[in-house]
Amino acid sequence: MSAEPPYTLYHPRWYRRRVSVWWWLQNRSYTRFVLRELTSVFVAFFAVIYLWQLRALAQGPEAYGQFLARLKTPPFLIVDTFAFVFVLFHAITWFNLTPKAMVLRLRGKRVPDWVILGLNYAAWLVLSGAVAFMLLQG
Amino acid sequence: MPSTVALTVARYRPERESVPTFQTYEIPFRKDWVVLDALNHVKDSLDGSLSFRWSCRMGVCGSCGMKVNGTPKLTCATFLSEYLPGPIRVEPLDYFPVVRDLVVDLTDFVRKLKQVKPWILRKEEKPLAEGEYLQTPDQLDAYKQFSMCINCMLCYSACPIYGLEPSFIGPAAIALAQRYNMDSRDQGAAERLKILSEHDGIWQCTFVGECTKVCPKHVDPAGAIQQYKLTGATHWVKSLLLPWGTR
Repeated sequence: MSAEPPYTLYHPRWYRRRVSVWWWLQNRSYTRFVLRELTSVFVAFFAVIYLWQLRALAQGPEAYGQFLARLKTPPFLIVDTFAFVFVLFHAITWFNLTPKAMVLRLRGKRVPDWVILGLNYAAWLVLSGAVAFMLLQG
Repeated sequence: MPSTVALTVARYRPERESVPTFQTYEIPFRKDWVVLDALNHVKDSLDGSLSFRWSCRMGVCGSCGMKVNGTPKLTCATFLSEYLPGPIRVEPLDYFPVVRDLVVDLTDFVRKLKQVKPWILRKEEKPLAEGEYLQTPDQLDAYKQFSMCINCMLCYSACPIYGLEPSFIGPAAIALAQRYNMDSRDQGAAERLKILSEHDGIWQCTFVGECTKVCPKHVDPAGAIQQYKLTGATHWVKSLLLPWGTR
């Protein structure tokens, strides 16, 4: 061997603790974090339902009626409620992290976190209101 | 107020045991004592064989980081009175190999810190005769928060990602990279991007946010990483749209 092997630390007597599979139960904020990550499954669930709805719509009024009737069955209502809570959790935690990632400076001063948060929530409310208005009008 | 409090300390003496054990000491309770004072009392009066690191006793040197009742803390800034009636459990920081008792080895961090080049990089140094690189208070303000890091490693110990993926560069090293990226005198952002935007850089972080919570100097490493993700993603989009513009 011509090249010198890289020096690596080897200390057999140092104690290295393995991370438990249950690390996320050791502390409440870790559990909240894992739940937040899990919400992506429910976001995907709503996306699939939406695609399914589009397909039913394309197949004509009868298929669409069947689709709507199926959504009203108890299993779907239960799963939907569950998924809705998780998606809400997803949205709120997502909004709450925006001021961390977005640092806006106005005239050299950092815009306070609550302003960025407030603008995000305001936009969310306005858009949700507009969608609700369109749905209720129709 | 109790007159004494129980201090349960993790012991690891590699010549005697293969896994850490706990030893409990009954120490006098004083309301002006921090956990480090209690450890020093043990070392001075009860058991001279206990090993731990400390230096400044005032939250500047970053040597006395340990887990107190499960949370990473600077023991010089953690009062016994917060944990009454006890017992108070003191353990070495998580995810670093334990050398002895409460002493961990930080070589991994030092190696990673060096990778992100935490110093001012210039494409060309200006001659000494032209004077110093000036900076306005606003320019200082842009990075000052990240420069407060004392390398105490509480953030690594709080980061489950670092525990699960030891190759992750980690919160403090990224915050310190960002400290230089945001510095108006620095021109090394592109060089650091190469290291930070790799798999083991910012994208390993899934924003648990605990690093920021435990930071004793309010550095906000989680914020630094998320802000850098925005920079990294913007750079990536730019390099797709204008492949010649980002060289």
